[in-house]
Amino acid sequence: MDFNITSDFVSGFWNMYVIVLVGVSILFCGWFLWIQGSVKYTPGDVTGHKWDETLEEYSNPLPNWWRWMYYITVLFAVVYLALYPGFGNMAGSFGWTMRGQYDAEMKAAEAQYGPKFSQFLKQDVMTVAKNQEAKEMGQRLFQTYCAQCHGGDAGGQPGFPNLKDGDWLWGGSPEKIKETITGGRMGIMTPKGVKPDMDAEQVKDVVHYARSLSGLTSDPVRAQRGGELFPQACAACHQADGKGLQAAGYPNLTDKVWLHGSSEAKQIEIVTKGMTNQMPAFGAFLGEAKIHLLTAYVWGLGGGVQPAAAAPAAAEAPAAAEAPAAEAAPAVEQK
Amino acid sequence: MQSQATYNYKVVRQFAVMTVIWGIVGMLVGVIIAAQLVWPELNVIEFLSYGRLRPLHTNAVIFAFGGCALFATSYYSVQRTNHTTLFAPGLAAFTFWAWQLIIVLAAVSLPLGITSGKEYAELEWPIDILITVVWVSYAIVFFGTIGIRKTKHIYVSNWFFGSMIIAVALLHLGNSAAIPVNFFKSYSAYAGVQDAMMQWWYGHNAVGFFLTAGFLGMMYYFVPKQAGRPVYSYRLSVVHFWALIFTYMWAGPHHLHYTALPDWTSSIGMIFSLILLAPSWGGMINGIMTLSGAWHKLRDDPILKFMITSLSFYGMSTFEGPMMSIKTVNALSHYTDWTVGHVHSGALGWVAMISVGSIYYLLPRLFGKTEMYSTKLINVHFWLATLGTVLYIAALWISGVMQGLMWRATNADGTLTYAFVESVKASYPFWTIRVVGGVMFLTGMLLMAYNMFKTIGSGRAVDDAKVLEPAHAH
Repeated sequence: MDFNITSDFVSGFWNMYVIVLVGVSILFCGWFLWIQGSVKYTPGDVTGHKWDETLEEYSNPLPNWWRWMYYITVLFAVVYLALYPGFGNMAGSFGWTMRGQYDAEMKAAEAQYGPKFSQFLKQDVMTVAKNQEAKEMGQRLFQTYCAQCHGGDAGGQPGFPNLKDGDWLWGGSPEKIKETITGGRMGIMTPKGVKPDMDAEQVKDVVHYARSLSGLTSDPVRAQRGGELFPQACAACHQADGKGLQAAGYPNLTDKVWLHGSSEAKQIEIVTKGMTNQMPAFGAFLGEAKIHLLTAYVWGLGGGVQPAAAAPAAAEAPAAAEAPAAEAAPAVEQK
Repeated sequence: MQSQATYNYKVVRQFAVMTVIWGIVGMLVGVIIAAQLVWPELNVIEFLSYGRLRPLHTNAVIFAFGGCALFATSYYSVQRTNHTTLFAPGLAAFTFWAWQLIIVLAAVSLPLGITSGKEYAELEWPIDILITVVWVSYAIVFFGTIGIRKTKHIYVSNWFFGSMIIAVALLHLGNSAAIPVNFFKSYSAYAGVQDAMMQWWYGHNAVGFFLTAGFLGMMYYFVPKQAGRPVYSYRLSVVHFWALIFTYMWAGPHHLHYTALPDWTSSIGMIFSLILLAPSWGGMINGIMTLSGAWHKLRDDPILKFMITSLSFYGMSTFEGPMMSIKTVNALSHYTDWTVGHVHSGALGWVAMISVGSIYYLLPRLFGKTEMYSTKLINVHFWLATLGTVLYIAALWISGVMQGLMWRATNADGTLTYAFVESVKASYPFWTIRVVGGVMFLTGMLLMAYNMFKTIGSGRAVDDAKVLEPAHAH
């Protein structure tokens, strides 16, 4: 027998314990059936006991088909344990493990499908974005891995960014999008910004100032007072002009995009309690080739930005980026 | 010859009536959450949202409806088959009131979101302790009654009820072990995959003992009584009893195939689940064959129809269960509606139908009548329950297999053909059929309540039946 150490037993004792317990238990099932099945019967007779006026029992034998069904399942158990893991540490003669099955299936899938994805690695993201086949593959990946948060149409939902409106927290160039998918992102706003001693009134004041920056309804008196607090409380991240800093993921407060909601109550809650928002990292999970395709798909949704370094060469590229932008336009307005 | 002592029917009456009441409550909550899946806008406030109501549904139907049915039928049959009145009647009365308190506490705490997060064991630790106290009292009453029996031999229904009481005590104490944080919050004593294994050792044996052994005890008393025929085979009852209670204990790991659970544990869960097929069918054979020679009674006795149909559903779901425990089948069926349909073919088809049949048998006898107020209504109830169950499980078979196939379908490039939400969308028609099936089943229960109150209302005030002398004393 092949004793390969694939279980998590901490000592040899548990191996023997499981083997003995399982072995005895299976044999018990078979033995018990055998001794009980060999009792002699007189079919049609009652056992002679009577309860509650009418309750009696016939002494009929065990149905034969039932006995055989039982024996077969016991036999199956013995054979199964010889072939598959289950008898303590014994691996079983097939050498099967669920981990091994997973690895084999993944390896076969990689051999079959890997080249279909990696063929696009030779092209840059903007070229891939124009390729119809790549776009369809990217969309299918998006539906599997991204749609849960960003929505099937990539339009986002409260707390999860819209990916096609041209507004980017961390940047919309091919490199930045790829960086975001690969490594994930974590945005943290500390409670009351960097001025933790603000009271509730002052929080309300800075909220009204922030609202005034993007034209949301605001109380001008509060907004003015908030404007005086803003440089100390908020500008360290959102910058003096409130436009944020994309390189660090600090949101722009002057545009119309309010990821977590534009109501006064919601904004007061966020300033008071702070906010942590995370996108998980997909690098190790999806691999470079699939992330390349996803990057191209997201970039091509309409909001993609030209890479900074390629600015001079990008003169002809906008046409590619504008076409999808046109179809996505109505959704942009919803934000 | 009769003695002067009477059977204790009071506690049986209380539990029998509450079986019907809690059945309606639990199934109504089931219909509501089934509707919430079809119309998510029905999740109006957090306290009545799907996530809060789902554990309330399972707890109400298993422990309130099923529990009251078990208490009523076991307290009745243990007295009648042992020819003695209940041991410790004060304690028996305590089990009734305390069990009702536990149910009310569950109905309050679960919608408030107070939960230990363990499936079918969501109630927090103070309620768990109360359950333990009630259960020990139940054991004292039940085994005490057997202890003072007037017969030499112990009738088979008592073996099953007794094994249920012992095993459920073991399961409850093992799985509910927890470290309290405060009065409303505790953390499991186990971590990671051990916690999962404890949970499903408990979870599957809750099915095996609470919902199977206990109801087999019910079947062994009420089916031969209603059919007026001897049990088909004493030997079969011996073999399948010991094999069933021995084997069920091993089957839990089949809920955790292809998880962090080691391969060996998963394999053992699977092989013992397959061995479990024959012992389970032993009960079905013994119940259905008890009717041989009396098949004609099925034509006009709706109570017997309930019982025999329940045994058919029992046989079907105990065939389906071992099949679903096979790893490759489970890889398709797990996490889909198929599992939910399987549970309901057992819960509606077997547990609820055998309980309903037994309670219909009991009610006239408990309230001094010879039969229920309306046999016709029992017949209508039977057809509503049967068709409702069939609609429910057929719909979820289809949606379950469909979901399993959609989730594993791939395109030419290996990507998934369907986003998860597409399988949700495709399930809506079947979820709607499920609501219809559930409403039918619930409607049947409402007819039962009407029939019950009419029977009680028209009954005279009754004395409890006199304790009978055992047969050998004649």
